[in-house]
Amino acid sequence: MKRFDYVRPLSVADALAAYTPGAAYLGGGTNLLDLMKIGVMQPDTLIDLGRIAELDAIEMLPGGGARIGALVKNSDLAHDRAFAAAFPMVAEAILAGASGQLRNAATIGGNLMQKTRCTYFQDPHSPCNRREPGSGCAAREGDNANLAVLGWSDACIATNPSDMCVPLAALGAIVEVQGPGGRRDIQIASFHFLPGDQPENETALQPGELVIAIRLPAEAAAFAKNARYLKVRERTSFAFALVSVAAALQIEGGRITAARLALGAVAAKPWRVTAAEELLAGQSPTQEVFARAADALLEGAKPSGENGYKIELARRAVVRALQMSAAGTPKRMPALPASSFAEEASHV
Amino acid sequence: MSYSISLTVNGDQRRVELDDPRVTLLDLLRERLDLTGTKKGCDRGQCGACTVLVDGRRVNSCLSLAVTLDGADITTIEGLADGDTLHPVQAAFIEHDGFQCGYCTPGQIMSAVGLISEGHAGEDPERVREGMSGNLCRCAAYHGITEAVIDATRRMAETSERKSA
Amino acid sequence: MSDRVSETVTMPMRFGSNSGQSVTRRDGIAKVTGRATYAADNHPDGMLYAVYVPATIARGRVTHLDTAAAKAHPGVVEVFTPKNRPPVVGDPDKKPFMFAIPIEVLQDDTVRYAMQPIALVIGETLEAATEGARLLKPQYEVEPARTGFDAEPAKRAAAGPFGRPAEVVHGDTEAGLSQAKQTLDVTYDTPAQYHNAMEPHAIVAKWDGDKLEIDTPNQAIVLSRGFYAFYFGIPADNILIRSPYLGGGFGSKAVPYSPLVLAIAAARKLDRPVKLVLTRAQMFGPVGHRGATRQRLRIGIDGEAQMTALDHVSTAIVDSFDSSFPEPAANASQGLYNASSLHSLMMVVHNDIGVPGAMRAPGEASGSAALECAIDEMAEKAGMDPLEFRLKNYADVEPGTGKPYSSKALRECYAEGAKRFGWAGRPLAPRQMVDDKGFLTGWGMGTALFGAPMFAAQARAVLRPDGTGLVETAAADMGQGAWTALAQIAADSLGLPLDKVEFRSGSSDLPDGGVAGGSGHTATAGGALHAAGTDAIRRLGELAAADPQSPLFGTGNQGFVARDGRLYAARDESRSEAYADIIARAGGQEIEGKGSAARPPEDAARHAMYSHGAVFAEVKIDPVLFQMRVTRLVGAFAAGRIINPKLAESQLMGGMIWGISFALHEEARFDKRTGRIMNTDLAGYHIPVNADVQGLEVITVHEDDPYVNPLGIKGVGEIGVTGTVGAIGNAIWHATGRRIRHFPIRIEDLLA
Repeated sequence: MKRFDYVRPLSVADALAAYTPGAAYLGGGTNLLDLMKIGVMQPDTLIDLGRIAELDAIEMLPGGGARIGALVKNSDLAHDRAFAAAFPMVAEAILAGASGQLRNAATIGGNLMQKTRCTYFQDPHSPCNRREPGSGCAAREGDNANLAVLGWSDACIATNPSDMCVPLAALGAIVEVQGPGGRRDIQIASFHFLPGDQPENETALQPGELVIAIRLPAEAAAFAKNARYLKVRERTSFAFALVSVAAALQIEGGRITAARLALGAVAAKPWRVTAAEELLAGQSPTQEVFARAADALLEGAKPSGENGYKIELARRAVVRALQMSAAGTPKRMPALPASSFAEEASHV
Repeated sequence: MSYSISLTVNGDQRRVELDDPRVTLLDLLRERLDLTGTKKGCDRGQCGACTVLVDGRRVNSCLSLAVTLDGADITTIEGLADGDTLHPVQAAFIEHDGFQCGYCTPGQIMSAVGLISEGHAGEDPERVREGMSGNLCRCAAYHGITEAVIDATRRMAETSERKSA
Repeated sequence: MSDRVSETVTMPMRFGSNSGQSVTRRDGIAKVTGRATYAADNHPDGMLYAVYVPATIARGRVTHLDTAAAKAHPGVVEVFTPKNRPPVVGDPDKKPFMFAIPIEVLQDDTVRYAMQPIALVIGETLEAATEGARLLKPQYEVEPARTGFDAEPAKRAAAGPFGRPAEVVHGDTEAGLSQAKQTLDVTYDTPAQYHNAMEPHAIVAKWDGDKLEIDTPNQAIVLSRGFYAFYFGIPADNILIRSPYLGGGFGSKAVPYSPLVLAIAAARKLDRPVKLVLTRAQMFGPVGHRGATRQRLRIGIDGEAQMTALDHVSTAIVDSFDSSFPEPAANASQGLYNASSLHSLMMVVHNDIGVPGAMRAPGEASGSAALECAIDEMAEKAGMDPLEFRLKNYADVEPGTGKPYSSKALRECYAEGAKRFGWAGRPLAPRQMVDDKGFLTGWGMGTALFGAPMFAAQARAVLRPDGTGLVETAAADMGQGAWTALAQIAADSLGLPLDKVEFRSGSSDLPDGGVAGGSGHTATAGGALHAAGTDAIRRLGELAAADPQSPLFGTGNQGFVARDGRLYAARDESRSEAYADIIARAGGQEIEGKGSAARPPEDAARHAMYSHGAVFAEVKIDPVLFQMRVTRLVGAFAAGRIINPKLAESQLMGGMIWGISFALHEEARFDKRTGRIMNTDLAGYHIPVNADVQGLEVITVHEDDPYVNPLGIKGVGEIGVTGTVGAIGNAIWHATGRRIRHFPIRIEDLLA
């Protein structure tokens, strides 16, 4: 690991003041420190946000929304009763990610900033346009079975690995950032960038800008009764998704009145297509309707390598997630959150 | 540049002078504080062997920089037993043969202690399995681990009931 | 006379109070309190940290290393490259012993596989050495990497591993196939797998003149001394290896690998102790692996479903510079099914990879995976229940050789396992069972088979004046429970309760305990301990029988029973005396017994010796998403005498979970362009997590084996992997109707 200077500001203002080009903000460290160890990130200065008390609050807002400080730990948010009751699929997605230990350390802001797991991005000896602009994309003809099928470019086929971001995208979360130029809000849909020909531009953050909170709008809480996250993976737990789906519905009198839908692990950002949601509105919650929504969500999907299976898997997962959400949010968090086997009786 | 931090490690207050901010909590414990019970299995948060409690919560000590922990209360496997009396989780791991080679065991045990205090798994085997899935065991003593965690959970609940009664 | 004594004192061994008991691990407290000391936990004064730089190409030459940058990094003490390599005396390109492999210790700038050491950086701190290694930024002259089965045409292997022949022929399988009523011709692929013990390979090396002390996890402590003696040109007696606990071995910790030798060389050159611990990524190269295989199985059956031919050709990917270890998968078809003709052949394809080696059930795991699936396919063609088909082809003597089995309770394993699992009534056709949650449910089975070898070991047993015992052998506990099971055997041989016996092990200055491998360690080291204890008791008996003041005076001709610290006359138990009293009157000197164990070649020639088992698996599969879970595994095993049922059960379960891993998870993924493995971490190289395991059950079927060795022990370390992989593959077919002929079986395979 490259040597760095270490500073520990006590306020957002001090953190911003400490920023110099080449510096990095440190949250829980579960992603950044890992990337520093393998030489992918090499900050000159680490600005440790851990003591900034103003970033560590979960606020349920009047009217039904919520504001989550960037330094709130993943596990604290997922287990916050009021939050989980209002936004169950966010809680379920968080609990489907990583491990208990990692969730205790990882922050909400850090989760939002998570880097791709593409093995070539993680390997400083491989060409990677995202890590080293202009060097090429080794994944394109390489080990790409779990890479993008949507929104990719010839320059980059990476995926965003976050679970949490998928329901946040579906629910239209807002990212509050603060930088040298002051505070601003960024819609989550605009926060992560598709690669295009500049995959190194990963997010809408400007140099020195810092995520300080995530807000969920009041209308997002209206989906609490029918909201599920589904994650398909190669182990029963502690594995990144092959595909994942956040699906939320409002159902009145047997008809869907509103829907929210997003896919994870298929693109460089959580994949949301409002046309697919609009297609569901006014319909009965049937498999056929769900399948049409899935097709709409996956429109334009194409393999970027040996990953064509993900398109069909995603289509099926969307239908399943919508069925699960139509069946209702379970009263208690499933034993295996977001798993196909969530409801299965256990054998000892 | 040198960094001076103060830590409580297994109940002892310690002042640690760090000449290098790159030192992780794991390497601090193992290479500088002579607390080698905590193990390094992957150094990347992917195996759980390095699990310790920081301020009562289980975390991967390999992904935590020591310099960030000024004032923290650390519990490692060495600090779990009360003298010669094993912690119920330690005793249950022996009784249920929840390990073979023993290398992942300190991390498994600290993770189990953390899981039990989180209180979300209870005695439900499926929740225990899920809750312990951040701790890999290549000997694959998972069956015994799950039994041990459930058994310890039960015993600890009984003890605390007795205490409160 | 002494012969008779020794025969008599075997009695308490058979019926002793220690063996056969589910004693909890004697090292349990050390392991749950963090006090068990693994190699990397050592920290001698003045110790330096070594980090090796791994090649990031699979084939070519290193043309540049930025040593100036590395040396300039604060805390970096030295940078070793081929230009200033620390001396290694023995030729690293030679194979000094059968199990050794050529090593890379900076002897030149050649790269023969990715992750090979190409430089070594020494630092005052781990952080400094790690960054120094990164700063070297190697440049290369790259040659095209040879990767995968298509790299070259397969060639016949010169020989199999362990000196076994590459080809075994019993009868004419081509004729058997052409005469068959029905035939099967299928090809199964298995991937390269890496041991990934939780403890990375590690060494702390300390020199004192030409004496060397090393702490390193090692499955063959005394043997390895010889390896290191060769590399450093010193007598083996000058080397002390301590390995009290191995954090898992699985076959990867038996020989000295390149990074370990380099660390020792650096310590000698710098005259300071050096510690080197591999990173997880570095475990995917220089420290062995299970080679990938492509296996063609051809089976023929007659009208009665009796096998007329079993033809198994396995092609294994091997390295390009040693090639001594083609994964011997085809061997799995010998010794099990009663085919009237039998042929197995090993082929190889050379790649630019590190040397493959033994990994838990080497050959048997991959071979059994393919064989048991092929058997299931043949049973399906014959329209028979897979268990019935296996019983139909049950071998009562070893197929081909005609040798009787030393014991074989496989029928009982089938019966007990099937009963516990509830196999009866299983629909023959696939895709018939759906559970109440809608999951496709499938049941499959496989036969487990593993040889019951014995190696050579020595031991020493001492009866102390206070009547307690001390036993010594340089055994290795890598988790299987040697500290406990071997002590149980020793305690019985000394007629003492377990807590009255001190067991010293895990250090190379003790008598050679042999190799912890091949599932033969308990039989071998245990056999030596038993012989040593027996010898000590014989000497004690001689003392008592010759002592007019002893109640046992003159009873030497009837022999003795040693029990609970007292020696009894075998035919008159009213005559007895405590050990301590006998020793006290004889002058208070401790009594030493010595013993050794090895299987006489004539015993091996007379009988075929195997552990057997039957594994039954239930899988549940999401009918739409194809997420899979092994919901139940029942394994019934017959493995001779079980010294400690609790520990044996744990090992068998561990093996079965390795079967889950093989079937559904493990796989090194190569980039075909570069020959590099792209998932060299535990997030990418999947092994099962806790949530992947539920409903595990192990049954041990009683087996008395009078031939396998004096203790009747076979071994349980590896057999659990065999049978299980096939059982899971077959259950997946039964659930879905899909035969996936490669491992691991993935969601995308079932979706296709």
